Amino acid sequence: MALDYSQKVMDHFANPRNVGEIADADGVGEAGNPKCGDIMKIYLKVNDAGVIEDVKFKTFGCASAIASSSMATELIKGKTVDEAWDLTNRAVAEALDGLPPIKMHCSVLAEEAIHAALNDYRAKHGMAVIPTEKHED
Amino acid sequence: MQNVYMDYTATTPTSPEVLKAMTPYFTEMFGNPSSVYSFSRKSREAIEKARGQVAAALNAEPGEIYFTSSGTEADNWALKGTLEKARAAGKDHLITTKIEHHAILHTAAYLEKLHGFRVTYLPVDSEGFVRMDDLEAAVTDKTALVSVMFANNEVGTIEPVAEIGAFCRERGIPFHTDAVQAAAQLDIDVKAMNIDMLSLSAHKMYGPKGTGALYLRKGLRPENFMHGGAQEHGRRASTENVAGIVGLGAAIEIMKARLSQDQPRISALRDKLTDGILARIPHAKLNGARGEKRLPNNVNFSFIGVEGETLLLDLDVKGISGSTGSACSSESLDPSHVLLALGLSHELAHGSLRLTLGRMTTEEQVDYVLEVLPEIVARRRAMSPLWEDYLKQRGEN
Repeated sequence: MALDYSQKVMDHFANPRNVGEIADADGVGEAGNPKCGDIMKIYLKVNDAGVIEDVKFKTFGCASAIASSSMATELIKGKTVDEAWDLTNRAVAEALDGLPPIKMHCSVLAEEAIHAALNDYRAKHGMAVIPTEKHED
Repeated sequence: MQNVYMDYTATTPTSPEVLKAMTPYFTEMFGNPSSVYSFSRKSREAIEKARGQVAAALNAEPGEIYFTSSGTEADNWALKGTLEKARAAGKDHLITTKIEHHAILHTAAYLEKLHGFRVTYLPVDSEGFVRMDDLEAAVTDKTALVSVMFANNEVGTIEPVAEIGAFCRERGIPFHTDAVQAAAQLDIDVKAMNIDMLSLSAHKMYGPKGTGALYLRKGLRPENFMHGGAQEHGRRASTENVAGIVGLGAAIEIMKARLSQDQPRISALRDKLTDGILARIPHAKLNGARGEKRLPNNVNFSFIGVEGETLLLDLDVKGISGSTGSACSSESLDPSHVLLALGLSHELAHGSLRLTLGRMTTEEQVDYVLEVLPEIVARRRAMSPLWEDYLKQRGEN
């Protein structure tokens, strides 16, 4: 399996960015399920202008799950919450120079965890929660 | 960087002595064993010598050894051939276990789904042992075959084969055992253990890939699996892989000769690695049994909070090759069927690491793994929400 990973995946797996927690996070979201071997937790710090100032993650899962978390956090840092909402799993996978087909669900998990964290932020700030639907990849 | 191979259960290198024995059969003595001219006799003689070597290692008769392309083919032949034959006698029931290799499990599923045979998959206890009372309860007058692996490839548990053999012999039920791992590391006596059929493979015992054998006790005649020419006394068609067969014969003879020194040396390294991991990594769970009922070379742990593929890649960066039962190393989302059958949670099954030792494993290599593995587990646990939850549940955070 290792041979199927791009150098970017291996880099973000070996040296993941934004690992950790945010104690007074404005939004926290989780996706995945230990049964499937992947759980991703995202913490957001959002300023008054609606810009994501800081983001951290914790992930249990394979190399592509850890790399997807790391890349997704990099991609939404400094973005507004609306811009971050539009981040797709495909954009995460592309930024990693691709994922093996059977690992695409790891990028989906990143998208879902970010949506969950953004909805948590919205709920806490009196905004309507945006309905989400699960998709395969 | 160190280069520490700890996946001898996946495969072994072909030993130089074995390769040396094989080489002339590629280049000089290449004759087709089925040809009539005297040049081909050398190929025939080489095959018969190897047949004698395999038979001697198992305490079987040479005429009871049939060469195949692999352990997987031997398993397919034993199961399909025996059940197809038994159907004519009104028997249609196979008993096997939940922890078999896929060569058995997927063959059993094929017989069940496409051919209407009935299959009982025996459960195992938390260390991976089949219980005799479960076997006894599963037997019916329609039972055509019992197939229980000699030793498990993932967790190393050695099944009570002699007991199962005696039980089956008393009832006149053929007993097959997949000994692909066991035949590479243990003393096997098919007569004393009442084994009717046994599968083995050369590449697990420092022989070449692509060669295996099925021991078929005299008098048993399962339907053929490979149809074609009259090779192997008309029981297994296809031009013989002469060099491979020579390699298997040499490999099993060398293995037997070395057993009395290899077994204690490798099991001592296994115990050092096992005890070292238990001492250095908190909340490490050993999977399988300890002591003599475990393959001498097998170490298998689960580390809660860490996913197996992650461990393999981190170890790979340090030059260490291991294996995992995590789903992420396979093409499905389910982790190892063996670990689940032992009663592990999905989380623990996903966090398994198997390190298997062999002839070239040294104490320095074990020390090196014990030096780097604790850091790797600690680092990955620190970024795992599952580990955080686990500690909270235990009140340690």
